[in-house]
Amino acid sequence: MKRLLCAFLGRVPYAEAVGLQESLVDRVRRGEAADTLLLLTHPPVITLGRTTKPGHVLIEDAARVARGIELHEAGRGGDVTYHGPGQLVGYPIVALSGERRDAHRYLRDLEEGLIAAAAAFGVQASRLAGLTGVWAGPEKLAAIGVRIGTGWVTSHGFALNCGSDLSGFEAIVPCGIGDRAVTSLSRILGREVSPEEAAPRTASAVAAALGYEAAWGDGAVAAGSGRGVSWPPSPGDAP
Amino acid sequence: MRVDVVMPQMGESIAEGTITRWMKQIGDTVSRDEPLFEISTDKVDAEIPSPAAGKLIEIKNAAGETVPVNQVVAVLETDANAAASAGPAAPAAAEKAASPQAPPPPPAAAKPAAAPPATAPAAPAVSFAPGARIERQPMSAMRKKIAEHMIESRRTSAHVSSLYEVDMTRIVKMREAYKPVYQERHGTKLTMTPFFVKAACDALRAWPIINASVDGNDIVYKKDLNIGVAVALDWGLIVPVVKNADELSIAGMTRKINDLAERARAKKLLPDEVQGGTFTITNPGIFGNLFGLPIINQPQVAILGIGGIEKRPVVVDDAIAIRSMMYLSMSYDHRVVDGAVADQFLAMVKKGLQEFDESLL
Repeated sequence: MKRLLCAFLGRVPYAEAVGLQESLVDRVRRGEAADTLLLLTHPPVITLGRTTKPGHVLIEDAARVARGIELHEAGRGGDVTYHGPGQLVGYPIVALSGERRDAHRYLRDLEEGLIAAAAAFGVQASRLAGLTGVWAGPEKLAAIGVRIGTGWVTSHGFALNCGSDLSGFEAIVPCGIGDRAVTSLSRILGREVSPEEAAPRTASAVAAALGYEAAWGDGAVAAGSGRGVSWPPSPGDAP
Repeated sequence: MRVDVVMPQMGESIAEGTITRWMKQIGDTVSRDEPLFEISTDKVDAEIPSPAAGKLIEIKNAAGETVPVNQVVAVLETDANAAASAGPAAPAAAEKAASPQAPPPPPAAAKPAAAPPATAPAAPAVSFAPGARIERQPMSAMRKKIAEHMIESRRTSAHVSSLYEVDMTRIVKMREAYKPVYQERHGTKLTMTPFFVKAACDALRAWPIINASVDGNDIVYKKDLNIGVAVALDWGLIVPVVKNADELSIAGMTRKINDLAERARAKKLLPDEVQGGTFTITNPGIFGNLFGLPIINQPQVAILGIGGIEKRPVVVDDAIAIRSMMYLSMSYDHRVVDGAVADQFLAMVKKGLQEFDESLL
């Protein structure tokens, strides 16, 4: 099976993560880098999809700045979203091929991977027809928004809510869906699950859903980012 | 030469896309595969590369407009020099399925309506004629898992099968006799499965290679007997695992197996309960099938198949008798299990069933 190079990068500012993705997308397209799954967390940030409706950012600019939340426009699909500590963000930079060259198929594959990741924690999650993302009951457990570049190379990806502090979401209407609440692995399990803890199983599950085997490595990613891997989880932790 | 740029089909179930941004303006020159515009569908943004080198002479749809798949959104003019190479360039673009764009329809098809959808090989779907009597459905996650698992097993193991005939008359009678007792005393339904699990455990202890797996050039012998019991579901197949099955009484085993099977049907198995199996028992005889030759459940090296039980005339002590007979099949991995070993293992399972110790019930 093809290997998906996985790395957990720790906390990475949004702009830096965008730059890292762009450089990886170029290198993957040219065949100079392996298909890679970047796993990381972001400092508090609100990101806007190209189709974001202005009313979906609820927080005033001044209040946002006072709370230390950055605001970025993201070249991905979907509406507004919030990222912050306690959330495992995953950016698969992979060249889709064959029958996987289908944007909807790719979204469904990511959902399948995240549902399997939740199941690995004993959390039953599911899809809701017509609403991309992964849901635990009526509440949103993971958000998805992706970009497909020239040569079907993917970027952006998913955000899995792990920690119990979800207050950052108050600043937005998540993904433009006003009547849906958010939840997290910690909220559901009644114990604190950190993004670090969630990373290995999430990587394995997402890799499998995309037709890969997760391989933990730091060389290629670290070289591209000038950033060391803060915590290389052992593949043995994966289910 | 004028080359049409069309809205690409980004997926089988995607009928339209919204243009979010033009990266080039009218009058700009582009090279082939240089990003030309961006579209948005559902939760996906996609960058659409130019199908050819040339000058952008017309943009038919501004940013913000939603356009059906295969409709022309822009026109490129390949200049005199580029036109000379346009002949070979166009088929090359069509062959190169690497770019997400649909190749432009042939220049002759100037009107968008005339561009047949079949000219869009970028769509991974097979375009089929209207009225074709088929229905296409994506596989469920479970179906995909099963499919991958089965193919992977065929690729990995050298499958060989052996077949034994077992006289189940005693066990059938025992089960009839103990069924009400189990219901009353243990609150559970006595099925045939615990008999098979028990007989298999005893034989696995005698032939540890059957309870092993292959890791590279090593054979890994598993000390625990974790027996997977295949459960047929309306929506597929799952193999919950009875951990340390040899340590359970027949009553305990019965309760455990029934509980796992019920929760499998209710979709309430925990991930841990379908992992770590060291040997699998499957029951292809449930609908009256005589026997099956099952596929090994990786990374195990053998799988036992239970055929249907039916009364047949057989020769017992030189007389013809009516007995409840059953075929017992086993597929095993000939990389590490030889026929002689598999057959002796099966002979032991057969003996264990035919001479089942009633005091265990």
